[in-house]
Amino acid sequence: MLNHEDKRLMNLKLSLSCKWLSLLCLLVFLQGCLSAGAIRSWPQPAGTGDLGLIVERASGTVLVINTSQHQVLGRVEGLGDLSHASVVYSRDGRYGYVFGRDGGLTKVDLLTGTIAARVIQSGNSIGGAISQDGRYVAVSNYQPGGVKVFASDTLEQVADIPASYRREDGTDAVSKTVGLVDAPDNRFLFSLFDAGEIWMLDMAEGKPSVTRFDAGKAPYDALITPDGRYYIAGLFGEDGLSMLDLWYPELGVTEILPGYGRGDQRLPVYKMPHLEGWAIAGDTAFVPAVGHHQVLVADMADWSLIERIPVQGQPVFVMASPDNRQVWVSFAHPDNDVVQVIDTRTRKIIRTLEPGKAVLHMEFTPRGEEVWVSARDSNRVTVYSTRTLEPVAELEAHSPSGIFFTSRAHQLGL
Amino acid sequence: MKAVCSGDKAGCRWLAGALLCLLVVPVMADSAAPASPQRQSELANLVLQDCGSCHGMTLRGGLGPALRPENLNLLPVEAIAAIVAEGVPGTAMPPWKPLLSAGEIQWISRQLKAGALVAP
Repeated sequence: MLNHEDKRLMNLKLSLSCKWLSLLCLLVFLQGCLSAGAIRSWPQPAGTGDLGLIVERASGTVLVINTSQHQVLGRVEGLGDLSHASVVYSRDGRYGYVFGRDGGLTKVDLLTGTIAARVIQSGNSIGGAISQDGRYVAVSNYQPGGVKVFASDTLEQVADIPASYRREDGTDAVSKTVGLVDAPDNRFLFSLFDAGEIWMLDMAEGKPSVTRFDAGKAPYDALITPDGRYYIAGLFGEDGLSMLDLWYPELGVTEILPGYGRGDQRLPVYKMPHLEGWAIAGDTAFVPAVGHHQVLVADMADWSLIERIPVQGQPVFVMASPDNRQVWVSFAHPDNDVVQVIDTRTRKIIRTLEPGKAVLHMEFTPRGEEVWVSARDSNRVTVYSTRTLEPVAELEAHSPSGIFFTSRAHQLGL
Repeated sequence: MKAVCSGDKAGCRWLAGALLCLLVVPVMADSAAPASPQRQSELANLVLQDCGSCHGMTLRGGLGPALRPENLNLLPVEAIAAIVAEGVPGTAMPPWKPLLSAGEIQWISRQLKAGALVAP
């Protein structure tokens, strides 16, 4: 018979050996996980819903950031020339596809902070989009002009669409492409800067097909409304915008806001505006004028010009907060050290902020309580509260430009 | 000197250019060299970052053409300076003279011609 003391000792030994056994099991399990070819059947215990990427344009790097903690989680290096870079996200929000200036397309894993895949797909590119079904990533190229489409998982090329057109003198040419966005029914839309055309690339049938539309002169960028209905290209060559209604593509492109600068001296433009983050409040839309220090307000029912809001420089980004109560405006050189906030109800400027030198981009958190603003020459990103319009955090970054949060994964056209 | 000019056009142009330089350089010295090293570094940053938004940060081109020395070999510094100052009507190239002095534009044009602001 075991006395009480012996029993206790035995229990202790048993429990100790159990512990050793479980530790051993754990080690074996972990080794299995680490060994090559191990199948991880369950994602790592982390979400990416409050993560994002900030482009550091001069060093070819991106920062992985967390919007809840206002924190830089890490820096990913080796992305090439990011002087004009943008990002779209895989539909699981784990991977960011970074489009570099030098034709580089890099798939960044936000959970591990590593490069999952990378290709140099052209000599000179300007941006890209991911398809509605998430299977394709398309890149808009300047050199050679056109659009290339890649499988989003492997970055293997699946289509090459040169932007060929005939000049007025009858010679053949290839145009730079701009304003590439995704559209419903697994389509991509883009504009031809040199040709003045809008192309619709349909990826739905397995075999890519293109429909061409005549548009206005020198489209420089474009956007699609959040419902995926209207594709609108800004024009550098004339006062107006070209619009394609995707509910009625057979009607072709119509010109909206024609002659918006009439009677005004056209001012020099030291940076091309961007059409992104379509600013809609109620039934009005806010867009940057080109060559005029104004934000234009259009009535979306008939696309007529309602108002021209004077601002302090050439607007570059005109972006609405997710609740559409505010429009934040950034500016071109040399007036690019400030950001102006417009109240969409009164259409008046309610605050002029100074986030730093050379403000390049703004990004709202998914529900819009904060906005992140990059100041390139101050090497900093400032986070503002949209309620108080006061800064709530500051992060260091090397020449930061574009800021892209993973919430874009689930928005048409972003 | 007359003989050189009538006989050899290139030589004449060279000579005229050299004479012009002799005349101009002392006068330009003040305005052609931006005031301080700090201003020069600001201008270099302007070229790479702001001109770079259309011409690429490595000046290999974007919406605007490439501006590396091999792309500019047909253009003398004066022509580059004129384009920078006045812009190119009908294109996206704006005139920079409202923002930069003639000397600063000269300095930028020389750097572009020499490829001094970009890695080869």
